[in-house]
Amino acid sequence: MGFSVKSLKGQHHELADPSFQLTVLQAPSQNGDQFPAFAGRLQEHGLYPLRPTGTTVLQVNVGKMCNQTCRHCHVDAGPDRKEIMTRETMQLCIDALQHSPQITTVDLTGGAPEMNPDFRWFVEELSQLGRQVIVRCNLTIILANRKYHDLPDFFKKYKVHVVSSLPYFQASRTDAQRGEGVFDKSVKALQLLNGVGYGQEGTGLQLDLVYNPSGAFLPGGQKSLEAEFKRRLKGGYNIDFNNLLCITNLPVSRYLDYLVQSGNYSSYMQKLVEAFNPAAAAGVMCRNTISVGWDGYLYDCDFNQMLELKVEQGAPQHIRNFDRASLDKRSIILNQHCYGCTAGAGSSCGGETVK
Amino acid sequence: MDKTYYNPADLPKFGSITELQPEMGRKFFDYYGEVFKEGALTEREKALIALAVSHAVQCPYCIDAYTSDCLQKGADENQMMEAVHVAAAIKGGAALVHGVQMMNKIKELTM
Repeated sequence: MGFSVKSLKGQHHELADPSFQLTVLQAPSQNGDQFPAFAGRLQEHGLYPLRPTGTTVLQVNVGKMCNQTCRHCHVDAGPDRKEIMTRETMQLCIDALQHSPQITTVDLTGGAPEMNPDFRWFVEELSQLGRQVIVRCNLTIILANRKYHDLPDFFKKYKVHVVSSLPYFQASRTDAQRGEGVFDKSVKALQLLNGVGYGQEGTGLQLDLVYNPSGAFLPGGQKSLEAEFKRRLKGGYNIDFNNLLCITNLPVSRYLDYLVQSGNYSSYMQKLVEAFNPAAAAGVMCRNTISVGWDGYLYDCDFNQMLELKVEQGAPQHIRNFDRASLDKRSIILNQHCYGCTAGAGSSCGGETVK
Repeated sequence: MDKTYYNPADLPKFGSITELQPEMGRKFFDYYGEVFKEGALTEREKALIALAVSHAVQCPYCIDAYTSDCLQKGADENQMMEAVHVAAAIKGGAALVHGVQMMNKIKELTM
């Protein structure tokens, strides 16, 4: 393992700077060839400028604070990150949702969203608004401190849809990506979630797992991997879950650092470019999602948020000015990392996009 | 000038073999694609078989390609190494089983 427990920002690493990440993404490959511009590929398929199909999901990043420092994290989250959303900004999100009944789902992410002191208040308020709440729970947070031990019951109370990362059904590849001992803790947390009914038939309590490859390769077919995960987790640990969501790692932040450090950057980008699929491009999640940063600024997705690429100028820039109709007329901001969402069967926070 | 016979940059150019014989090349790649689709065997099982065969035929391109493919399809390291042992056992066994032929010849030639 042996990876740093400090974020790139904490290490004062040059890749902590989003503008430097964009410079790397736009540089030619090792043999001097320029990767074709992503926007150009969309143009070839009549998808440029890329427009929203109608926003139905508000993804809110409530902060970069996390109990883990995963090696592939595009947020550069960690215990040393202190940027978290205030209750005032959460209230602005609630106000925006009250005026946007078409937005039926609120997807809470981080960092570890549960570490935000106003997290539970926010979930309760969102639930009262009648919106489906998704929480991207890293599992180990449930065991990290006594104050989090009742999270499974809290999630159950508000029928939260829990989405949790588990990159493999064995400790080796899980711990290599997420830190020493994470697999064993994740197994315990999943058993606790199963214990209150999550992932169990007939309860309506949905527990999905996220598969991000632990290395410089793309995810395989979601259906086949899901069957293997179910067989291994049930057989080995008596764990049940609903769906496996395959998410391709995008060359952003710590995963970009990993690719560069391991000498895999050019070949990985080449794989993404070669696997470009127009059907996946048509179904990318930025067409139905708006991403809100911890400070209330608006982005086309969580990756653009980390690259500090705000929504197009002219569209509302901050949650206090949220206007769904106006945002749905914007052009989505694109860059070379977008190849990650259009490779193969596509990738989104909901897994594959080509059914 | 590259002094090796094998160049990793040639692997992504595999498709270019159709330039000199388009029809046969196309038929081969169509067949290839069909073979690796999920059928009675899963895609992961097929990738593991391909990995084993890659070692048996000692093709560096194939070893690179099917190591990636096995990882992509969710095979674990133990499965991958066991597949290589299957290849080794068959290759070793194929040599050793000829020992019977040798023994037969010994019988034939000695008192």
